[in-house]
Amino acid sequence: MQATPANASGLRVDEKLERMKLFGLSSPALLLVLVILVIPVGWLFYVSFLGGNGQFSLENYQRMVERSSYMRIFRTTFEVSLVTTGLCILIGYPLAYFLSQIPPRIANLCMITVLLPFWTSLLVRTYAWLVLLQKQGLINEWAMALGLWDEPIKMVHNMTGTLIGMVHIMLPFLILPVYGSMKAVDRDYVKAAANLGASPRRAFWDVFFPLTMPGLFAGTLMVFILCLGFFVTPAVLGGGKVIMVSMKIVSNIELFVSWGAASALGVVLLALTFAILWVASRFLKLDQIAGGGH
Amino acid sequence: MKHKMTFTLVSALFATTAMAHADDLTVASWGGSYQEAQSKALFEPAAKAMGIDVKQETYGGMSDVKLQVSTGQVTLDIVASGSGSAARAGAEGMLEELDYDVIDVSNFGPTLYSKYCVGGDVFSTTYAWNTDTYGENGPQSWADFWDVEKFPGKRAYRNKVAGALEPALMADGVAPEDVYKVLDSEEGIERALNKIRELRPNIDVFWSSGAQQAQLMKDGEVDMTTGWNGRFDNAKKDGAKVAYSYNQALLDYDCFAIPKGAPNKDLAMKFLAEISKPEYQDDLPKYITYGPTNNLAFETGVIDAATAAGLPSSPENAAKQLPISLEWYAKWETVASEMYQEMMTE
Repeated sequence: MQATPANASGLRVDEKLERMKLFGLSSPALLLVLVILVIPVGWLFYVSFLGGNGQFSLENYQRMVERSSYMRIFRTTFEVSLVTTGLCILIGYPLAYFLSQIPPRIANLCMITVLLPFWTSLLVRTYAWLVLLQKQGLINEWAMALGLWDEPIKMVHNMTGTLIGMVHIMLPFLILPVYGSMKAVDRDYVKAAANLGASPRRAFWDVFFPLTMPGLFAGTLMVFILCLGFFVTPAVLGGGKVIMVSMKIVSNIELFVSWGAASALGVVLLALTFAILWVASRFLKLDQIAGGGH
Repeated sequence: MKHKMTFTLVSALFATTAMAHADDLTVASWGGSYQEAQSKALFEPAAKAMGIDVKQETYGGMSDVKLQVSTGQVTLDIVASGSGSAARAGAEGMLEELDYDVIDVSNFGPTLYSKYCVGGDVFSTTYAWNTDTYGENGPQSWADFWDVEKFPGKRAYRNKVAGALEPALMADGVAPEDVYKVLDSEEGIERALNKIRELRPNIDVFWSSGAQQAQLMKDGEVDMTTGWNGRFDNAKKDGAKVAYSYNQALLDYDCFAIPKGAPNKDLAMKFLAEISKPEYQDDLPKYITYGPTNNLAFETGVIDAATAAGLPSSPENAAKQLPISLEWYAKWETVASEMYQEMMTE
């Protein structure tokens, strides 16, 4: 069935009209994005080029290159984010798989426990870890009472504590998208693979796993990017020794009231985040992930 | 019609904020057991006597004041500050000059008030130790604090530069009276930082607040920490196994300042005059072991001889300590702070 030329041009006009209508509908949202995102980020960008005397200057960026502390802080930030993301995948993927395989009623119950941490404040959860992990905290006391170890193990005020706290907070951000994409996988595919002679392991890796990739990538990216800007957890559980970019931004403002230096850090972190997204987009279709397209 | 309503709403909003400010004073301090003591001894009784409402906040120090002043959004009328930071903030034009015709300082020690800040209490930055680990006779000098062979165990140290370099130099063998001479150059500051780097493997936590010092000692998370003497006494009252010494401690005072452009400057000045009176100051040691800055407070009979002898400012205790140099902080704090933060990331 082919449309006649007259029909086709009519359709085109309709399409145009519809597009304009849609644009009109989305304009409040676009305006909001402009006001609360584009303008402040632009301002941030502008301020980062202001020197101590209020004149245009590159000193804020120069300082980052000259001082070795900035390099160390960025390295720590990426280290913490990478390891946290890795641990979240190792713990989250199997858990999501388990949740997707059990009967929905039990799965829903388990899902509530996964989401439970979202209902309490991040600060409270972080301090709770402090109580659990410190030298005379619950975990050390119980383990020593049970004879698991004799001397208290140092689990907080260092990298270990920071990672434990961050993985706990980030885990739901990985589990949710992964679980979503696992539920969307048609079980018949795996059955068909088995029917064609694939072992359960092969069916999982060759059929099921690739189909859950969009969810896994979405979760991974989300966790990693959220980690880059983390402040409270490393500040409390790191004991002043795990210093991430966000903490340096705070100290630039709190100690030196240097908006330019703080903004420059923000700009560099933003640029690095975009760079990561760009690299990621070379390997996979980001829009598909965002839209969860199956 | 619609416009009119919005206008009324907005003006009503302005009216209420203006009203709220009319007889309100906002005072910011450091929180924890320290602010509780100030509140009970100074703020609440003085507010009652003057018939005003005083709103209390906690804040992060002069940096908050600088933020407010530099953005023109000053909400604090009075801030409690370390004397050194106040000296620097005053020099940078962040504070109102105090009117000593209103505030009577005729019975203050001569070093306990300045152009921008009037002393509120005298305290010590010192070292405290866990009495379960070391007994009552723990470290007696900064050299002992650094001596991890004689006193094995984990330390906590400050995450900011104030009061952090002087101990390091004394541990490095510099006589207390020479500390500020040595620190009067970047090399001297670097020498102090190197001494901290030396102790760093044994520093488990860099603390950020007085409440955290007390908590670390209460929980036995570290065996030794630097900190403020009053916090340790209060932690001890709460059952912490903690003791401290005044030997080589840093004698310092906290003061009250008015941020530049404070919304209720005149009332703030009157309030400072009120809380500087001996009848309020003599109650402070009941709640925290910090000494009064007004000498008349010792003569009201409220502070007994035993309490007075235990205060940082008692002649016997003061003689063992190094008084903080405000000139040094005004001149070097920014530079030293940057070098200190650099060291922290290593």
